[in-house]
Amino acid sequence: MLIYLPIAEMSVDALVVLAMGGLVGFLSGLFGVGGGFLMTPLLIFLGVPPAVAVGTQANQLVAASVSGVLAHWRRGNVDVKMGVVMLIGGLVGTTVGVWIFGLLQRLGQIDVAISLSYVFFLGVIGSLMLVESTRALIRGRRPTATRGKLHHHIWLHGLPLKMRFHRSKLYISALLPAGIGAVGGMLVAIMGIGGGFLLVPAMIYLLNMPTALVAGTSLFQIIFTTAVATVLQAASNQTVDVMLALLLLVGGVIGAQFGTKAGGYLRGEQARALLGLLVVIVAARLAWDLVTTPPDLFSISGGGGGW
Amino acid sequence: MRGRAALPLAVLGALFGAALAVALTFALSARAQQLVADLSSHLIAITTGFSGTEVVLFGSTDGQGDVAVVVTGPRSNVRVRRKDRTAGIWINRESVLFEQVPSYYVVATNRRLESLAPESVLERHQIGTAHLRLDTSDLVGPLALGDFREALIRNKQRAGQYGLTHGQVTFLGERLFRTNIYFPANVPTGLYNVEVFLIRGGEVVSAQTTPLVVSKIGFSAEVFDFARSQPLTYGVVAVIGAIAAGWLAGAMFRRV
Repeated sequence: MLIYLPIAEMSVDALVVLAMGGLVGFLSGLFGVGGGFLMTPLLIFLGVPPAVAVGTQANQLVAASVSGVLAHWRRGNVDVKMGVVMLIGGLVGTTVGVWIFGLLQRLGQIDVAISLSYVFFLGVIGSLMLVESTRALIRGRRPTATRGKLHHHIWLHGLPLKMRFHRSKLYISALLPAGIGAVGGMLVAIMGIGGGFLLVPAMIYLLNMPTALVAGTSLFQIIFTTAVATVLQAASNQTVDVMLALLLLVGGVIGAQFGTKAGGYLRGEQARALLGLLVVIVAARLAWDLVTTPPDLFSISGGGGGW
Repeated sequence: MRGRAALPLAVLGALFGAALAVALTFALSARAQQLVADLSSHLIAITTGFSGTEVVLFGSTDGQGDVAVVVTGPRSNVRVRRKDRTAGIWINRESVLFEQVPSYYVVATNRRLESLAPESVLERHQIGTAHLRLDTSDLVGPLALGDFREALIRNKQRAGQYGLTHGQVTFLGERLFRTNIYFPANVPTGLYNVEVFLIRGGEVVSAQTTPLVVSKIGFSAEVFDFARSQPLTYGVVAVIGAIAAGWLAGAMFRRV
């Protein structure tokens, strides 16, 4: 069933887009990540202009995060205080990110910058997660695993502005979650993704938050950063296609519900191992595209813009 | 509501202006009436279900001769970039900005283009992608410019927006001819020119221009207009819609 997208100015098969949204939604519910890092390359592969893919993606992520948060909320898995502190950093990061995006666009290097940051962030984080969770899985098999401290304190936790987070059972500097939020917000603006793949491991490894709370809290924060990104993209670039977003979110919200349910059957380190593997595969694929000779060295774009 | 009222008016205006141009062309060539041609439709409406369409061009000549049909879409600037390997990865380096490039350009003929007329004639009337005039004010060597020019045409062909073989002109008898012009789903919107050339003995003896409007109609047009005229409101509405949809889905699944 072909349907015309008014902003992307092309027609796509509605069923293919629905299926894509469903698959990415399932993974986002399962791992508590927005799934933008999968969806953006998929949309570009479909032929959607990269700028529209990024803008529409932000809009779709708002819906996916809302429905994801609801499911986590009912289980009491959202640390609102932590989310708000991260969000304050996130809004600062988004503003800085929009500025960097504009700068790169003027230089005509935005697409390679996006690819490189994908490869870098996905590659590093994916590998770290994979290594750590594999170790945890092996350790878990041993019956005499000793129970350690509740969490390890690192020097970052001792920064000023200490704050008590009751739900997460943490007493750490507010600068740390705000800083993580800022980096996440920057990624929303530059890479057009929710940043969950970065937030989730950062919250686990840097904040030492309880794994059960991580997915819900990061989704809670992503709702607001993606909402701001949607409005900014629509207002400045007119690259938000509501028709495409609608198709993606119908598939996405349904997929996310099943994903969240399925997530209950996965152990934390198993989920992390799978997510790490997925992230590494996407990074490898993007890196491959950067180094292999493209089929056509030339590309065209309308006007003098960056894309 | 504003968008709905404004759009057909714009379309009508464009059609009227173009019709005037046609009338003038007709008046000039009325003496001989060597060539008459028209389209099955002068408006391509891009609705929500649009997946490409075909327009029939038909006409007659006053005797034997060859016919070339050139469809040209609205013009805009196009930047062509070339990637070079830098530190192991492929990065956009050199670029050339071509000015007033047709967004859509398709040629249909009854015989092979090269056998219709000499290069100079095809060049003068810009018949065929090889003879399309592409100007740039960038300073590039002629060899590199040729590469960039070819790349533009190649990329446009890949997108299905430039072509030679999309539809061939067929003659029914000696005087009547017709051709099907195919417009893909990614057809750019705007005012199109359909030029029909009558060629005899390697010279263009008559030509006619017919307008064609490609326009978004209905829901997709309203969305597009809304996004362009009130981008901030559009963004806020998009976010509210997304929150509502997410909430709805979450509430629905609660009972399951």
